Amino acid sequence: MSAHPEAHGAHHAHGHDDHGHGDAAAHGSLKGYLIGFILSVILTAIPFWLVMANVIDSATGTAAAIMALGVVQIIVHMIYFLHMNTRSEGGWTMLALIFTLILVAITLSGSLWVMYHLNHNMMPGMSPELMREMP
Amino acid sequence: MASNSTASATEAPVFYQTEEAHPPSSTMLGFWLYLMSDCLIFAALFATYGVLGRSYAAGPGPKELFDLPLVAVNTSMLLFSSITYGFAMLSMERGSKGGTLGWLAITGLFGVAFVGLELFEFTHLIMEGAGPQRSAFLSSFFTLVGTHGVHVTCGIIWLITLMVQVSRLGLTAANKRRLMCLSLFWHFLDVIWIGVFSFVYLMGVLG
Amino acid sequence: MFSNPDVLKFIFGKLSFDSLPFHEPILVATFIGVMIGGIVVLGGITYLGKWGYLWREWITSVDHKKIGIMYMILGVIMLLRGFADALMMRGQQAMAFGENHGYLPPHHYDQVFTAHGVIMIFFVAMPFVTGLMNFVVPLQIGARDVSFPFLNNFSFWMTVAGAITVMISLFIGEFARTGWLAYPPLSGIAYSPDVGVDYYIWSLQIAGIGTTLSGVNLIATIVKMRAQGMTLMKMPVFTWTALCTNVLIVATFPILTVTLALLTLDRYVGTNFFTTEFGGNAMLYVNLIWIWGHPEVYILILPIFGVYSEIVSTFCGKRLFGYTSMVYATVVITILSYIVWLHHFFTMGSGASVNSFFGITTMIISIPTGAKMFNWLFTMYKGRIRFETPMIWTVGFMLTFVIGGMTGVMLAVPPADFVLHNSLFLIAHFHNVIIGGVVFGVFAGINFWFPKAFGFKLDAFWGKCSFWFWLIGFYFAFMPLYVLGLMGVTRRVSHFDDPSLQIWFVVAAFGAVLIAAGIGCFVLQIFFSIKNREKLRDVTGDPWGGRTLEWSTSSPPPDYNFAFSPVVRDQDAWWDMKQNGYVRPLEGFKAIHMPKNTGTGAILGALSIAFGFGMIWHIWWLAAVMFLAMVVVGIGHTFNYNRDFHIPANEVIEAEGKRTRLLGNQA
Repeated sequence: MSAHPEAHGAHHAHGHDDHGHGDAAAHGSLKGYLIGFILSVILTAIPFWLVMANVIDSATGTAAAIMALGVVQIIVHMIYFLHMNTRSEGGWTMLALIFTLILVAITLSGSLWVMYHLNHNMMPGMSPELMREMP
Repeated sequence: MASNSTASATEAPVFYQTEEAHPPSSTMLGFWLYLMSDCLIFAALFATYGVLGRSYAAGPGPKELFDLPLVAVNTSMLLFSSITYGFAMLSMERGSKGGTLGWLAITGLFGVAFVGLELFEFTHLIMEGAGPQRSAFLSSFFTLVGTHGVHVTCGIIWLITLMVQVSRLGLTAANKRRLMCLSLFWHFLDVIWIGVFSFVYLMGVLG
Repeated sequence: MFSNPDVLKFIFGKLSFDSLPFHEPILVATFIGVMIGGIVVLGGITYLGKWGYLWREWITSVDHKKIGIMYMILGVIMLLRGFADALMMRGQQAMAFGENHGYLPPHHYDQVFTAHGVIMIFFVAMPFVTGLMNFVVPLQIGARDVSFPFLNNFSFWMTVAGAITVMISLFIGEFARTGWLAYPPLSGIAYSPDVGVDYYIWSLQIAGIGTTLSGVNLIATIVKMRAQGMTLMKMPVFTWTALCTNVLIVATFPILTVTLALLTLDRYVGTNFFTTEFGGNAMLYVNLIWIWGHPEVYILILPIFGVYSEIVSTFCGKRLFGYTSMVYATVVITILSYIVWLHHFFTMGSGASVNSFFGITTMIISIPTGAKMFNWLFTMYKGRIRFETPMIWTVGFMLTFVIGGMTGVMLAVPPADFVLHNSLFLIAHFHNVIIGGVVFGVFAGINFWFPKAFGFKLDAFWGKCSFWFWLIGFYFAFMPLYVLGLMGVTRRVSHFDDPSLQIWFVVAAFGAVLIAAGIGCFVLQIFFSIKNREKLRDVTGDPWGGRTLEWSTSSPPPDYNFAFSPVVRDQDAWWDMKQNGYVRPLEGFKAIHMPKNTGTGAILGALSIAFGFGMIWHIWWLAAVMFLAMVVVGIGHTFNYNRDFHIPANEVIEAEGKRTRLLGNQA
């Protein structure tokens, strides 16, 4: 967190337009975009193939693979397209991202956990299969 | 007198800057923070879908409804638009106004194709009697995917606005900053879409 | 042609003459009063020829100080409205026993308690907190304005638009009868087919946009615009708490937006998120809205903790005890506030595992809060305490808030909550922390920073009267509710059968009257302070012996805040300057780069009121036209690249020279 004064000083060295020229690394390069694109095409194609061709027998296994590939692809996009790194804006964008991801995880897992128990306790004897058919 | 803040014991302390200090631009950080809040909008919609996504109300489920080849085509539209937006940014870096505008236009067309396919899918579902009113599953499906679609639509409108501004005023510092904000927005929507096709379409068809 | 019902329906939607509440004498009288007051104010402005001044200097202003002051004015006005609702409820409950059904029919009473909650949280507490942050934060960090000055103006007008939308519901149609969080299925179209819930939804959505954007703005400001040398651990505590609050705003208001949007879809489109059929699940609404709702209470209290920290260290003449632990406590509360939401619905039936998790996290959150309390106490210990008005509010807070905090820990125990849930005990608890915490802190903050904003102090006598009426009134009004809650009386009831309960409600009503006197004294305090402003004048800019940068500039500060950007060496930057031979610069002034005023924010706010009105009454053409207009105005604004100007050097020299002469006269 003490990175700020240095960042401040750096701005004075560059002048105030912190996104002017000479900062090209932050915008990626042709190579970076192409790598990102190829990776994301592959990472999109695999899960579609897994589901459409029914490659893995167990549905749970396929689901886990889809989620894992999705996470990898999100990271690829973050690095090659959104150019996330720990340096931009003095680390604040990364800090904000990590904080947001924690909150996203809390919101998702918390809601699912809470709602599962609520449904289980307040609608006893109603299995998920029955729920699907509930009018 | 320069603007050094650290005064040693021997020097008199410096309490103010005599030179006008330019505060660094906050735009990129501010826009990133906005994106984070948008991310939480989607988090809440995903949570809703996660909770309600199996409540078919004796109606059709994902297996009957989702057309994976269509989703695959749609995904590719978004992926292509991502790389073309990247090319637009590279043209911008080179200072090529024409190149930037050209790639932006192509990006916009891919975006329009994506929204068009999504609308086609939606109309198709509604015609089949699987509209958002049919079940909680369909309500949450239409809302999650629709919200993403609305975001892409806003992105397209913004993109057109920026094309007008770039063609009028060129690649000025302000316009470049705006293009970079839209770049973040556009790629951010990709990331959300990864969640949508994995969690909603693929896992849905899986059952 | 106009007799054709389809045409009428197209033009007016659901709106008709029957929507106007002519049958409610209370509302008719209020309406007449508001009209007379409105005509007097508007006529007065016209008579004095002040419209141009108002438009140029205030409505279009992007100056964070003026926007902050306007937020505070909005908060005071809405406080009067919200408190009128409170008095009506206390009056009704004090009389409605047995045969007597009081003067409010349930239909009206339900609207009153809903409006009270919504207004007090969204349009009183939030504007107060945002106003304080807006005014103080840029000054405390040595900045000239916020990061996005136009956005600041826009956020304010969206908040006003939301407030106006709520106020319209008083005279056209009705407000929600659902309680302040509008739980479905009651708030669904099946059980609330009228426009009340729609007023609720659209006013909160419109104001919510403003709140979220102002959160983004203030985070960016604090991160990017701090004076040179002000590292994170040298930021004033109020700025720290403001940072954490805005992080919470940006991270939670989206959830509220989504939850209300889903309810909107249920009501307008016929989706089945929270309905009782087709797989809908009303419990999901409760879950989602509290993911926002619990952090929301920390959004309100955290910056107020910052206010108290500034006041305690200033009026004890000491550096704040445990600055570092204060910062960490704030950050820990920020994060923990996100994992306690279920304690608002223990009784819904999540079972032992879930309830105990959330019960424990709730109890953990009281630890950093307790640490803060000890820090304030240790700051006071062996300090030279000056009991000026801001300080007595602070002491009143410390006593009252501890009681509220302890009843909160009681409610955090799930088995106890099964007894106390939705009882008046809960009502007493959260009023105890919100009045004892937020409201006292807002008054402390107003008394503390008023001289900075206007150049003269607030009258101490009326300030103390206001404090004592509020404090004693609070205990009279809410201690009986604790008792009633323990006896099992539930909230939101407009009539009781058991006459033995009546005396407690009468005592509570008496307390509400005392609080009314407290608010009256506050209004008188403002009035007499303005009247005697020359006697209360402060030309030094530092009336309290302040410690942070806002006290280093003149009162009121110039448009540019600081002629030269300060350089910070210590967490109490201004104190450090005073101790180490700071000399105010008298020459070398340069032109200063500032943002230009713009009317776009006010125009967008006005359009959004009309848009919301169209949506509420199903006047689709109006909503569509207004929405398009907002898009066009918004895009049009981006074509304006010429957004700043320079205050010429000679104007800076003139302003600073005037201050030099004033300070010279003083010496």
